[in-house]
Amino acid sequence: MSHVEGAIVLAYLAASLRMATPIGLAALGGVLSERSGVLNIGLEGMMLTGALAGAMGSYFLGGPWIGTLAALASGMLLGAGLAGLTVTLGTNQIVSGVGINLFALGFTTVVERVVLRPAGIETVPAFARFAAPGLRAVPVVGPLLASLTPLVLVTIAIAPLLAIFLYRTPWGLALRATGEVPRAADTAGINVFFVRYMAVAASGALAGAGGAFLSLGQLNLFSENMTAGRGFIALAAVILGKWDPIGALAAAFLFGAAEALQLFVQSYGFGVPYQIPSMLPYVLALAVLAGFVSRAVPPAAEGIPYQQEER
Amino acid sequence: MTIRTAILRLLPLWAVLSSLMLGMGFVFLAGAPPLQAYEDLLRGALADKFGLATTLVKTTPLLFAGLGVAVALRAGLINIGAEGQIYLGGLAAALVGLYVGPFPQIVHVSLAMLAAFVAGGMWALLPAVLRLRRGVSEVITTLLMNYIGLYVVGVVVSGPLKEPRAPYPFSPPLAPSAFLPTIIPATDAHAGIIIALVLAILVYIFLEHTPAGFQVRMVGANPSAAAYAGVNVGRTVVLAMVVSGGLAGLGGASEVMGLKHRLFDAFSPGYGYDAIVVAFLGAGQPLGVIATAGFFGALRSGANVMQRSQGVPVAVIFAIQGLAVLFLAASLAVRRRMFRWSGRPTPSAEANPS
Repeated sequence: MSHVEGAIVLAYLAASLRMATPIGLAALGGVLSERSGVLNIGLEGMMLTGALAGAMGSYFLGGPWIGTLAALASGMLLGAGLAGLTVTLGTNQIVSGVGINLFALGFTTVVERVVLRPAGIETVPAFARFAAPGLRAVPVVGPLLASLTPLVLVTIAIAPLLAIFLYRTPWGLALRATGEVPRAADTAGINVFFVRYMAVAASGALAGAGGAFLSLGQLNLFSENMTAGRGFIALAAVILGKWDPIGALAAAFLFGAAEALQLFVQSYGFGVPYQIPSMLPYVLALAVLAGFVSRAVPPAAEGIPYQQEER
Repeated sequence: MTIRTAILRLLPLWAVLSSLMLGMGFVFLAGAPPLQAYEDLLRGALADKFGLATTLVKTTPLLFAGLGVAVALRAGLINIGAEGQIYLGGLAAALVGLYVGPFPQIVHVSLAMLAAFVAGGMWALLPAVLRLRRGVSEVITTLLMNYIGLYVVGVVVSGPLKEPRAPYPFSPPLAPSAFLPTIIPATDAHAGIIIALVLAILVYIFLEHTPAGFQVRMVGANPSAAAYAGVNVGRTVVLAMVVSGGLAGLGGASEVMGLKHRLFDAFSPGYGYDAIVVAFLGAGQPLGVIATAGFFGALRSGANVMQRSQGVPVAVIFAIQGLAVLFLAASLAVRRRMFRWSGRPTPSAEANPS
């Protein structure tokens, strides 16, 4: 491989990782929530809110890390709200998620128009790329790291931690039991409601962080509806990854690579209308769901509100 | 009607009113006097011929697509793909309007709408098949297909169908024989609303008074019981999804044939997503959908006036819609609990399939 080709491959890999990060964070959240038995269609809205909270937190409170914390908190708040509806009241999970998405779209757009725009806030302090002295001199890893921001690595680190949590700790067992056979979990002394609250709130926090990556890691601003369906792609990544953290991250990388390809095709032209590469992640997700995985088997109790007093 | 059922029927109204109350907070946040802003909204939507015409124009696609989502809802399916089905329907109608003919208007319009119904229905067929064959939730697949539909129309209008020298991707005008006629002179209001209203009644008759409609409702209420009673659940799911997508496709056709008379890139401002709210708040009942589509059509029409007069972003109504859905979902859940506590049988889960 020539030097130039190598540089292009590295740049493409880095772009794929950057595109995969927000999808991956939201998908990891989706895994947690769905494994506990709650389908979180609201990931999209939680990401969008996180993107806004991240940008505002970074601008008003002091830097991208604080912004990320604000995004985590805002996502967690929406997650707790969704849990309140779906777990405590037992509302239809899909309809509630759709409601959260609509609300988040309206809310963030209004705030952008009436707070950010009049104040003339166009850019916010964002994450810098890694820049240790001599980093670029390290072969392969050096230039790759130099084009990434910290949240990318954090995301890659979270996936195996979540896998350990899910498969190797009593809490993870409780969460999985709650998503498969809540009645048995209840009988074994697990508080099904508490577990689901925690899982959905955590999924909101992760989706919020994914949104913060968009406004603080990819661009350094918030724009109306900037998630543009990534939360839905994340839901597809959960299925494609078979409800497993590592699998979901791998699926997110696949979608990220498709999105990066779109950017490359767009910037190099090739005379292709931009919509064709833009379609790619969605077509890929659909094709994968349609044919290239074995039949999808979600957690048994997903979508079903748990009611203690029923038999 | 007992007091209890009367209260239950009024829940959607309560949800909408509560969300409008909370919406005042957003209006206030936007720096406008809430009551004045709402008054402008109401006046803008209904007070004169032009406001009323705009309300009808905005109601039309919401009604078509809302009916579509409602049919799926009654079969226990969540069709979040109305947006994509609108795009495919608009594309099919534009192709017939541009390249087929010349025909007398009635024939041309019918052919274009038929094409739109088929295109929207086919766009919904794939999610139905994937659900039945691969166990993939239609929620995810219809969502993904929305984006594909949007981009398909984008590709077509920026390439093969693009009007030469157009500053923005759109097609040449359709043949006038494929236009839906104007119903209020000197305004945009077109016959699409009449077709949509007739269809709402037809969908009502289909669901409530035909064997196929009864099977759709049975599958929605309890698929295993329906299968036990001899209903072909797979075929019913496919039928409901295709009709659902077809109706949404007609929404796209009416935008293209009645309002824009060309195929534009990104021509739907989220009507397909609003349709989910319309169908849900209408409890999946065609007549309820007429009411909610009209309400949200008026909201969209009036919100533009409110934005001009008070500087309140139109997006406020998305937040209000989202809140209305959440309120209704919550109140339906509370109502189920009340029924359980009172020892009565739970009412049909049709409006709230889970």
